[in-house]
Amino acid sequence: MSTSESVENATWLSGADILVKSLVDHGVDVVFAYPGGCSMPLHQALTRYESKLRTILPRHEQGGCFAAQGYARTTGKPGVAMATSGPGATNLVTAIADAKLDSIPLIAITGQVPTKVIGSDAFQETPIVEVCRGITKHHYLVTDIRDVPRVVKEAFHIATTGRPGPVLIDMPKDVQMDDLLVDWDPPMNLPGYFVDERFAQPEQIKQIAAAIKLAKRPLVYAGGGVIAAEASDVLRAFVEKTGIPTTMTVMGLGAFPADDPLCMDMLGMHGSAYANYAIRDCDLLLALGVRFDDRVTGKLEEFAKHAKIVHIDIDASELNKNKPAHIPVVSDVKFALTELNKIVTPPEDISEWVGQCQGWKKEVPFSYDKKFDGILQQHAVDVLSEITAERDTIISVGVGQHQMWAAQFYKFNKPRTWLSSSGLGTMGFGLPAAMGAQAANPNSLVIDIDGDGSFQMNIQELATCFCEKLPVKVLLLNNQHLGMVVQWEDRFMDSNRAHTYLGPIDDPEARGKGETTAHTYSSKRYPDFVGIAKGYGCGASSVSKRADLKDALLEMIDYDGPYLLDVEVPYQEHVLPMIPSGMTVNEMILE
Amino acid sequence: MSNALMRHVISATVQNVPGVLSHISGMLASRGYNIDSLAVGETEDPNLSRMTFVVMGDDNILEQVGKQLEKIVTVVKVKNISSSDYVERDLMLIKVSAQPGPQRSEIRELSDIFRAQIVDVSHENVLIEISGKENKINAFIEAMREYGIVELVRTGRIAMTRGNGLIKELVEEPVAQN
Repeated sequence: MSTSESVENATWLSGADILVKSLVDHGVDVVFAYPGGCSMPLHQALTRYESKLRTILPRHEQGGCFAAQGYARTTGKPGVAMATSGPGATNLVTAIADAKLDSIPLIAITGQVPTKVIGSDAFQETPIVEVCRGITKHHYLVTDIRDVPRVVKEAFHIATTGRPGPVLIDMPKDVQMDDLLVDWDPPMNLPGYFVDERFAQPEQIKQIAAAIKLAKRPLVYAGGGVIAAEASDVLRAFVEKTGIPTTMTVMGLGAFPADDPLCMDMLGMHGSAYANYAIRDCDLLLALGVRFDDRVTGKLEEFAKHAKIVHIDIDASELNKNKPAHIPVVSDVKFALTELNKIVTPPEDISEWVGQCQGWKKEVPFSYDKKFDGILQQHAVDVLSEITAERDTIISVGVGQHQMWAAQFYKFNKPRTWLSSSGLGTMGFGLPAAMGAQAANPNSLVIDIDGDGSFQMNIQELATCFCEKLPVKVLLLNNQHLGMVVQWEDRFMDSNRAHTYLGPIDDPEARGKGETTAHTYSSKRYPDFVGIAKGYGCGASSVSKRADLKDALLEMIDYDGPYLLDVEVPYQEHVLPMIPSGMTVNEMILE
Repeated sequence: MSNALMRHVISATVQNVPGVLSHISGMLASRGYNIDSLAVGETEDPNLSRMTFVVMGDDNILEQVGKQLEKIVTVVKVKNISSSDYVERDLMLIKVSAQPGPQRSEIRELSDIFRAQIVDVSHENVLIEISGKENKINAFIEAMREYGIVELVRTGRIAMTRGNGLIKELVEEPVAQN
């Protein structure tokens, strides 16, 4: 429909403009967008709104989508990523699935081939909505421009309410180019989406308070739901009031401060021995915004076997899914804790139990060989944690050993300062997530603690960091191997190296037959990460001696711009403690 | 909770939008639930469709199927109706080989007994329409087997509660606005 002669010209807009203006109206200030044939009208529209909406060009769509996650994880606001049809869209898939498993609010927008050729195997056509059905909270293929304002409104509503998650909007090019006289506030059409019923009932709150009163060995098990609900403060108030020791999942780190004496740190496969002992012995488990994931529970029947379980989660399908709860409560966890704080009284006497927990914490802390005169990964994280403690710091990680060591040794005292691909476990998450976090938090110190395997999965984003002036720091714990897989090879497969060495295949190390010891591991190093980082315009240096580590870290932190510190570390180290998959705390490996 | 495998009839009211069937069947398949039968069609309200599932499973599986269905944004209402008093039907069209002669009369008699209707006759076969509960349909298939079933097609089970109980209990109030 031609609109150029319309008297109300100003109120007619293209589908692309409607979508972009809707983003602005929903408070979006940054999008991560990579253009292509079918999303060009969207990018043209983005230029028309650039005073209100910053567009960051990643170097790979997956990097853009993880950056959007970094934005969302640090702010709680939905992150927005955009890509073209076909390969652009499929490159978003991993990051969308990642957001689904970690309940991150995300709006993924994809261009699509024009409606009249959909289904004809057109150039760069993929049925991305079909691909993404099972990995999004909801999804839209917009075939009529009149639906655009409603779809965007619904997408933000769905992504951010209830249990947050990713929403996909697939927008054919002709819809982007069509014109419409816009109704900016259309009613939503979501008869099957209820979010207002998810509040704990007063009887349930009383029941929980009564259970706490009677408990002898209570324990809080807090997860990502506490952070998603912005419930960290009420959780702290609750623990202050009741004196109950508190452990967290990987997703929950930061929900309760690591420097509190009641903090039992992370539980689970690579959690602290003391948290796992506490789980074994507790008689009341307060499971808050968690989902009893297998990496947390090990063998389900044995997990918190003697405990009465209170499970509060906003997603009804999580209750009784893996572990039946004695008091299952469908609720926003912040609401439930706020109500509970009004009436709860401390358990009668748990001083012996608290003493026991704190005793374990002293007896079996996270530990490593402090006499090693090279640099151990744990030591590097330990020192980083110490020298950044007073700063406003955000840490992101890839996936593997370095991720677990960061979770174990970095002291997180605030929510939304720890970014980890926890449910999906996506290597390559660290750098782009840090980039998005930096875009959202320009004044924070954002550090990607990464491994050399993970880092190379999205290494191209160094270009984005440099070109978009995002001064992300990369602490690269470089052991030349896929360390976590090596660890499993060592523990369960007679150290047979199966494609876990990252150097040239003719190196004997590729078969595990190198001469290396923990001290000689670094004689041949590949690739030249310092050279690569410098090639991208970033600052970079390398460190291998324990004595040089602190200065090298300080230099990294103070550098004006993105920076990579390549830390030479041995691959022989194992992440401990470890409860092997499907086993119990009794089989925990401590050394 | 019972761990016994039971047959459950679940009725879901869903938004009548493209892709909803694919979404639901994909979710059920990817979570490994066994669906015996699935029927779908528009309701009196063109914006809504009704889906009827027959699911085999214990109470735990059933609880999860229900909750996972309810989580899908386009699913409006889910109800396990097998615990209430309900009517269940399956419609089948079956083509049976029947040369002119005594066999045809036999098939006709059997059809009468089952309250089935012959809706088409050709030189070589007859086409019969029958509706009823699953076991009646199965019995009729067995009865027709010796004459030679040329082909058959079934709708899958549909069901509705008796009396005043409504499956839909439609949207009580408008969805929360922002």
